Amino acid sequence: MLDSKIPSGPLEQKWTDYKGHVKLVNPANKRKLEVIVVGTGLAGASAAASLGELGYKVKAFCFQDSPRRAHSIAAQGGINAAKNYQNDGDSIFRLFYDTVKGGDYRAREANVHRLAEVSVNIIDQCVAQGVPFARDYGGLLNNRSFGGTQVKRTFYAAGQTGQQLLIGAYQALERQVALGNVKMYSRHEMLDVVIIEGKARGIICRNLVTGELEKHFGHAVLLCTGGYGNVFYLSTNAMGSNVTAAWKAHKKGAFFGNPCFTQIHPTCIPVSGDHQSKLTLMSESLRNDGRIWVPKQKGDKRKANDIPEEERDYYLERRYPAFGNLVPRDVASRAAKERCDAGYGVGTTGQAVYLDFKYNLINKYGRAEANKLGIDNPDTETLIRLGKEVVKEEYGNLFDMYEKITGENPYEVPMRIYPAVHYTMGGLWVDYELMTNVKGLYCLGEANFSDHGANRLGASALMQGLADGYFVIPYTIGNYLADEIATKPIPTDHPAFIETEKQVAGRIDTLMSIKGKQTVESFHKRLGKIMWEKCGMARNEQGLKEAIVEIQQLKKEFWSDVKIPGSINEMNPELDKAGRVADFIELGELMCKDALNRNESCGGHFREESQTEEGEAKRDDANYSYVAAWEYKGDSNWELHQEQLTFEVAKPTQRSYK
Amino acid sequence: MEQYSMNLTLKVWRQKNSAERGSFETYPVKNISSEMSFLEMIDVLNEELIRDGKDPIAFDHDCREGICGMCSMYINGRPHGPWQNNTVCQLHMRAYKDGDTIVIEPWRANAFPVIKDLMVDRSSFDRIIQAGGYISVNTGSPVDANAIPVEKDMADAAFAAAACIGCGACVAACKNSSAMLFLSAKVTHLALLPQGHPERRTRAMNMVAQMDKEGFGACTNTGACEAVCPKGISIENIARLNREYMMAGLASDK
Ligand SMILES: Cc1cc2nc3c(=O)[nH]c(=O)nc-3n(C[C@H](O)[C@H](O)[C@H](O)COP(=O)(O)OP(=O)(O)OC[C@H]3O[C@@H](n4cnc5c(N)ncnc54)[C@H](O)[C@@H]3O)c2cc1C
Ligand code: SF4
Ligand code: FES
Repeated sequence: MLDSKIPSGPLEQKWTDYKGHVKLVNPANKRKLEVIVVGTGLAGASAAASLGELGYKVKAFCFQDSPRRAHSIAAQGGINAAKNYQNDGDSIFRLFYDTVKGGDYRAREANVHRLAEVSVNIIDQCVAQGVPFARDYGGLLNNRSFGGTQVKRTFYAAGQTGQQLLIGAYQALERQVALGNVKMYSRHEMLDVVIIEGKARGIICRNLVTGELEKHFGHAVLLCTGGYGNVFYLSTNAMGSNVTAAWKAHKKGAFFGNPCFTQIHPTCIPVSGDHQSKLTLMSESLRNDGRIWVPKQKGDKRKANDIPEEERDYYLERRYPAFGNLVPRDVASRAAKERCDAGYGVGTTGQAVYLDFKYNLINKYGRAEANKLGIDNPDTETLIRLGKEVVKEEYGNLFDMYEKITGENPYEVPMRIYPAVHYTMGGLWVDYELMTNVKGLYCLGEANFSDHGANRLGASALMQGLADGYFVIPYTIGNYLADEIATKPIPTDHPAFIETEKQVAGRIDTLMSIKGKQTVESFHKRLGKIMWEKCGMARNEQGLKEAIVEIQQLKKEFWSDVKIPGSINEMNPELDKAGRVADFIELGELMCKDALNRNESCGGHFREESQTEEGEAKRDDANYSYVAAWEYKGDSNWELHQEQLTFEVAKPTQRSYK
Repeated sequence: MEQYSMNLTLKVWRQKNSAERGSFETYPVKNISSEMSFLEMIDVLNEELIRDGKDPIAFDHDCREGICGMCSMYINGRPHGPWQNNTVCQLHMRAYKDGDTIVIEPWRANAFPVIKDLMVDRSSFDRIIQAGGYISVNTGSPVDANAIPVEKDMADAAFAAAACIGCGACVAACKNSSAMLFLSAKVTHLALLPQGHPERRTRAMNMVAQMDKEGFGACTNTGACEAVCPKGISIENIARLNREYMMAGLASDK
């Protein structure tokens, strides 16, 4: 039933062959075809701009006040590409291989290889748009390294790479808006997909300023609506990031792939109290130069700088000598949890480890600068001063951010960090063409499940979002739309539009009429707590079963006691939030169900029942080498479909970073 | 840093929608921790308002990391509050002490009409970008990225200008409600890079024309914008914009 439509032929030829044979739509016909793009982050903005350039009539939607605000803007560290500018042995094959291995052999080879192929075009495209990547003194592009790799292939713009890439895509999008090829709808939230004769033909959305519902037709609909990490309440995602668009599509028939695959990022600023509304990431790039440690002595209450070198346990370097501080995220997160659970954590809560820059600030940067300046036998103070300048240029904004939040100066004392929810590898199931199992309904970027398997490598989400939007969808959508040129735009008074709008309005009415006692926020917090404790960094059968029961109860309580102020036909952020939290609750249940079904550990999914003697994740390829694609069958009811994964080139082995 | 707790008085601008007139409302808030962010303090107040059956305060925010440019509060007469190089979402309550009164207003400018309470409509910024804030290159196969070397200093300067988050604090701080700092940051970013050169002449002209059309005021060089800009965008960019604009004027005269 699940056809992934992977082209035949050798792995490295598939995408070239596909492009050579895919159906085309001629320019005159493109003008008659309308495409709806929901979401204008990296994936959506790049798709909307590129499709507009090709001549399609595009309508694009986002819930913020401008496409430039999408959550992609917050990405810090960088974007991968197999350029091999550093001559350190990188290649398309290596990027492909690292990504499949990093994902713990739960991604599709063909998709990942295509991603690695187009990665090089992304950098060229972005530079042509004026994205100001970091450069070295010769004027050429600079690179840094990221976790899970041994080459330097990450392009960056200080700690603001996502911002610069999004501004590039945003500008390309605004240019198409100016040319009249794209019509932009900001402060609009999609609340349902309209399906006519088995094909996605439009959306219902709410104008967030007036509260009015609107109906929009499209020959195809693209969801580029980002990840669902906020199901945990606390995450590094922006406050508005949500699953609603994907969830509505799921309830209309689109399968949800690997929902339990969540990435917990090892380096975030720890929680400081109950008031906490979100968590802040400290980019993985910091692990290039920061060394992670805890005291060797349990419950050591001394200040970090008072603990002598020999009493520090650099546990990642100790456990994983080959990759050291640059092990993949899932491995680093679990190692931090292990130390804290064992009583070695630092800070007031004991839920933190140190990320320390002193060593490299002095020995790597300080010395290099001193050498450049010809200073013989520099003293420590000089080294620190020189090193600081370099560190400031590389990570200045991150250090400032840390200081603003914690009130501590990370140039002087080590950062305190702890893992936090960051990214969701799961998402709507899509085939090789990025189409869901609903015809004409596509899903791009973090919202789909496709390329990262059970764990995403750092700097690969930006790459995937832009690959999907700039270089994949412009080709694959033609293969569908070529057969749609005879379809006239369907007027939005078609019964399917009217009926769907009625359902959406009905749900809003129900929410508003509950008039209970508990706030939306309080439900969201409770859901987050269940998810973090029972479906977070470590999961087990009993906990997951309990979580499912608790979430079902929470859902009942929500629908009988939620309190939403204001009214329907006006701006009402609490109502918007209520709709999102209601969807998160349903998603949470499915995530637990998926985690329960997958009785193996892989990547970010750690089932306590399935680990090696050393406490590493143990995969079970014989039984779980598949994508779990869930079909919605009504309230708390799902059917599992399996897409078997086959590995012809990157043969699965137990991952080792030792 | 020692954590402490405080009680505060907030005077907040409340306005139902763009058509109705607004006014200040006073709210006491209690037991605010110095470790909270400013927006978390507003969250606490909003939760109370909702429980009391009142309308919570509407305000824009999303990333809460100082990068999306969405948050926008005018606090005690200063956009984004008292800290230098900072957005309001990054402002933390240790900036205040027990007993303080805090006055909170929306950005005020003709080109930024209030939508509700502290939320304003900044779509005029998008239209300024539409007028020319881009490099006209379609998705396709441009030259290899390293085929266009850019002097490091130039690249760094372009990056510094490109760091603008489009928040509009510069407009809110300016007595003329001028958008020159925002506009000049974009013109500088693109003018400093070789890729941006072909469209230099039209870009500045068209963007300035759009700015005027949107109802932003003229720049009289008071520098209030630079002082409040969370990203440290320098007023030198405005001088560059003026040069670009003059160059464009000369070229079109011939
Ligand atoms: C703090 C942080 C740092 C990161 N750093 C890196 C990094 O260094 N490198 C890297 O590769 N990745 C990084 N990531 C991950 C990466 O940023 C994201 O995965 C990626 O940007 C997602 O892009 P997207 O286009 O899929 O979605 P988003 O950027 O989240 O965009 C979603 C869009 O959908 C819209 N939307 C959502 N729902 C609706 C709806 N119902 N109706 C209408 N519109 C809707 C939103 O308005 C928005 O426009 C980071 C993530 C975080 C949280
Ligand atoms: S120039 Fe500064 S104040 Fe003005 S919009 Fe940009 S970041 Fe905000
Ligand atoms: S909320 Fe994004 S900059 Fe403040």
